[in-house]
Amino acid sequence: MPPESNSGLGRRLLFVLPIVAFIALAGVFALGLGHDPTALKSAMIDKPAPDFALAPVAADRPGLARADLGGKPMLVNFFASWCAPCRAEHATLAGLAASGVPLYGIAYKDKPEAAQRFLGDLGDPYQRIGLDLDGRTAIDFGVYGVPETYILDRDGRIRYRYAGALTDQVLKTEILPRLDALGRP
Amino acid sequence: MIARLLATLVLLLACVGPALAVNPDERLADPVLEARARTLGKTLRCLVCQNQSIDDSNADLAHDLRVLVRERLVAGDTDAQVLAYLQARYGNYVLLKPPVDPATWVLWFGPPAVLLIGVGVLVLRRRAVPAAPAPLTPEERARLDLLMAGTDE
Repeated sequence: MPPESNSGLGRRLLFVLPIVAFIALAGVFALGLGHDPTALKSAMIDKPAPDFALAPVAADRPGLARADLGGKPMLVNFFASWCAPCRAEHATLAGLAASGVPLYGIAYKDKPEAAQRFLGDLGDPYQRIGLDLDGRTAIDFGVYGVPETYILDRDGRIRYRYAGALTDQVLKTEILPRLDALGRP
Repeated sequence: MIARLLATLVLLLACVGPALAVNPDERLADPVLEARARTLGKTLRCLVCQNQSIDDSNADLAHDLRVLVRERLVAGDTDAQVLAYLQARYGNYVLLKPPVDPATWVLWFGPPAVLLIGVGVLVLRRRAVPAAPAPLTPEERARLDLLMAGTDE
């Protein structure tokens, strides 16, 4: 019996272990490469949308309250006239609304006149808009920066949150498939 | 002269406190509540800057959260209730110190576990007494005898 075979298995394990550990670590890093660390997972997923009642941005328009949400899959979009990415995503929102997706807006910390001007310049794709002057409704939704877009199901529960400007690509890969899965009419 | 300059410098440095973003108009009149708000503010993450507490951050959202924390305290919330309120909206990420739950077990217990494994390996290696060599087989013995006999000549 050769002397090494006594501890042969343990010895071989000692050589294999660092390689296994390295591969595992490399795998974790590879997964992390495609992951944006500043994008936060919403803590509100699968919770009912918070209660709120917001004034309209203009006297001749309806405001937005919790009671208006639910009944069908819909989008709630937080925007602000002072926010450049909101401007950038506006055309995408207009296209989405034109295709019949129910879209509700919440103007985050915006002056009514500024919000009116913003919508007058770029068009108004929203069915209803609430004016969240102090940003409290946004905090209740878990918003950490505008623009953010939430998908709500027919029970008024939050099912998905997209933080950042929507693009046609994001619509195709993230938003529309989820709306379809929720039974979009 | 130099000693005096140094003394002045030391005295000036002693006046320097940590820079806080808490604005005077946010502060509560009640020093006890304000102190609790400060303690809470240091443990809450600003979601915009992400590596600063809401007390250290100048971000708009951090300001809103500081005001919110103070409102909850004035309304009679306990510290735990304030934290739970924000956790419900922003998740564990809003806490700068992650709670111990199954999702963070690796984070909390990983390093001590690795240390224990290391110590265990060291102890085992120290203890391992080299095994006594196996007794010679009859063939080996015969061969050895032959060799020994050969060297005598």
